[in-house]
Amino acid sequence: MSQGVHIRHGLVVDPANDIHEQRDVFIANGKIISVSQQAPDHFNADTVIDAKGCIVCPGLVDISARLREPGQESKATIDSETQAAVAGGITSICCPPDTHPVIDTPAVANLIHDKANALGRASVYTLGALTHGLDGASLSEMGSLKAVGCVGVSNAYAPLKNNLILRHAMEYAASHDLVVHLHAEDADLRNNGCVHEGQISTRLGLAGNPAAAETVAVGQILALIEQIGVKAHFCRLSTARAVQMIARAQYSGLQVSADVSAHQLHLTDMDIGYFNSHCHVSPPLRSLRDREGLRAGLSKGTINIICSDHQPHEADAKLAPFAITEPGMSGLETLLPLSLRLVNEGIIELMPLIAALTSQPAQLLGINAGTLTAGAPADVCIYDPEHEWQLDSTTLRSRGHNTPMMYWQFLGRVTHTLCRGQIAFQLDSAP
Amino acid sequence: MKQRHLQLDHDKRLRHFLTIEGLKRDLLVEILDTAESFTGVSHQQVKKVPLLRGKTVVNLFFEASTRTRTTFELAAKRLSADVLNINVPASATNKGETLLDTLRNLEAMHCDMFIVRHQNSGAAHFIAEHCAPHISVLNAGDGRHAHPTQAMIDMFTIRRHKQEFHNLSVAIVGDIMHSRVARSQIHALSTLGVPDIRVIGPRTLIPANADTLGVHVYHDLSQGLQGVDVIIMLRLQRERMSSALLPSEHEYFRLYGLTKEKLALAKNNVIVMHPGPINRGVEMDSSVADGEHSVILQQVSHGISIRMAVMSMTMGPRGVRHPKHTQQSELKT
Repeated sequence: MSQGVHIRHGLVVDPANDIHEQRDVFIANGKIISVSQQAPDHFNADTVIDAKGCIVCPGLVDISARLREPGQESKATIDSETQAAVAGGITSICCPPDTHPVIDTPAVANLIHDKANALGRASVYTLGALTHGLDGASLSEMGSLKAVGCVGVSNAYAPLKNNLILRHAMEYAASHDLVVHLHAEDADLRNNGCVHEGQISTRLGLAGNPAAAETVAVGQILALIEQIGVKAHFCRLSTARAVQMIARAQYSGLQVSADVSAHQLHLTDMDIGYFNSHCHVSPPLRSLRDREGLRAGLSKGTINIICSDHQPHEADAKLAPFAITEPGMSGLETLLPLSLRLVNEGIIELMPLIAALTSQPAQLLGINAGTLTAGAPADVCIYDPEHEWQLDSTTLRSRGHNTPMMYWQFLGRVTHTLCRGQIAFQLDSAP
Repeated sequence: MKQRHLQLDHDKRLRHFLTIEGLKRDLLVEILDTAESFTGVSHQQVKKVPLLRGKTVVNLFFEASTRTRTTFELAAKRLSADVLNINVPASATNKGETLLDTLRNLEAMHCDMFIVRHQNSGAAHFIAEHCAPHISVLNAGDGRHAHPTQAMIDMFTIRRHKQEFHNLSVAIVGDIMHSRVARSQIHALSTLGVPDIRVIGPRTLIPANADTLGVHVYHDLSQGLQGVDVIIMLRLQRERMSSALLPSEHEYFRLYGLTKEKLALAKNNVIVMHPGPINRGVEMDSSVADGEHSVILQQVSHGISIRMAVMSMTMGPRGVRHPKHTQQSELKT
């Protein structure tokens, strides 16, 4: 055996195998050999990582992070953002199709996959465009996109022209067994709104994006899914009402799942304060009631995935009056600490939380990741749950410093990240 | 939080004037009192006081305006400041120069005050947060957010006619949703202690959760005007018809236009205000606009005093904070 890694004395949390106890993890040739008390026969450890007091879990799978490459390298690159990802314990990233050019041809998908492979850090997967150029009108060549490894299809934030196109796109995707990732938002009702319609939009005089922009779209999509019987995944839910609608649909047997971004589980429109453009995100930060609804949806399992919704920007993108700043926040490095806060606040147990960050997203994407099963790629995240740290420009590795959580204190920090058995990240102060 | 006190300096004195929200009653009264002390200046032979001599004021307008810009310019000149008018049409910033670039260029010219009007809510806050520390920023209207000097002009006009605020009913009629003036008026009225603030308009023109601003919402003009002391009519923009918020000007006037008959529902000594310019026959009948209850033209002339007051309080020598000891003695001589 070569390149053996022995992670010892850690508390292993592997939801896919229902393991939550102190065990050692043995890795060789980039794969998990075993998770057990004793080393397998003939195992030679080249590297020993002492994970005493730490949690050892599968590397995180982030189903939505924009790496900005190709097309917007002034904001970030695959190189810069995969470094940020592994610093946040993320070993698999799924990149939405709204790059420039759009991921609607095998060439663009290949470009991203090849660059990421050459770097050898986090694995990067792609969602193909649902419509050609995200025009919302003509279907993309989904069969070809699937053939080069796209793990789903999406129209990102771009609206579809009408429900007939949506129906055809979902049916066509289903014939290729591709899951459609849908941003449920009625573009007309949104009406250029940049913050949640309510007390804050009224006070600040900012155009409001009503909760109904999401719920009307969710209602229409659910009606279509019921009619045509396809699988679908709702991206970045933001309203309590949408969570209830999806829970009811799941109860009645529809194959729908949903995710939420980590920041939506913590921030509300109150955090906008006086026009803090770092809180300009899409969908917008909503009311406290909505946030509680999203948290309840997560704890009940209606929402089964938490993602970073990472959208790095250069500083200028946020230096303007609120409405004309670019939406989105940098999130790779706050995904795990923000999620761990939910455990500390009693919203969710650690095991289902780690599942929402690892096995559940891996299952949605249909990728061999998010587990410590013997034979799986050795993507591992080790974090110290007692490590207190502060997010600031010295700790942040992403090129995007656009986060309203700058100077927040967090409990729980990644000490090591392994990608296919290689140490891709090691905290300086780690033993 | 640095943002909470953005408008005030360490001594709780006005540094920028961006919004009424968050300012204390005493400060608003100080603005009104200071403005009162300046009203005499316009009637002097030499309509100038030297408070801002040597200072440079920049009227930085990203949105067209004639009256607001002119009164700011006059106010600055009466305080002996040098005035620079810069109109930045939206197209210029679209050429790639960011708002911040524009700002840096002007800073390099060693200006002391920016009077900013911009089509985006929060623009004045943004500029105040990012400009050099010696510069004061006055918000002359940002998007739908705030127009604090206009609101103070209206408070000044109300005080002149009603003396006190604590016993008033004030109705604001029209397009509340898109009105920065209405938002600032509501904050000013409630800070000054007006117990009954009403907003009147169809639901399409009333913002979500308007009640959280501390107002009573009416959709019927006749109901809303019952027994009020002050009526503030807002200007209706033509584009409200094309975006399906209203059916027609005709119907708007029939339901929300102020006529003599509707006016009779208010108190006998009611005053009628409008931030201008008026669409006669849309927001109000000419007989009301020019009638005995109308104080619309007074609002315009009060504009200069209020703007002088705010400029001198943010930028003038520290002694000017107490106008009774300085300007008034100056005015008497």
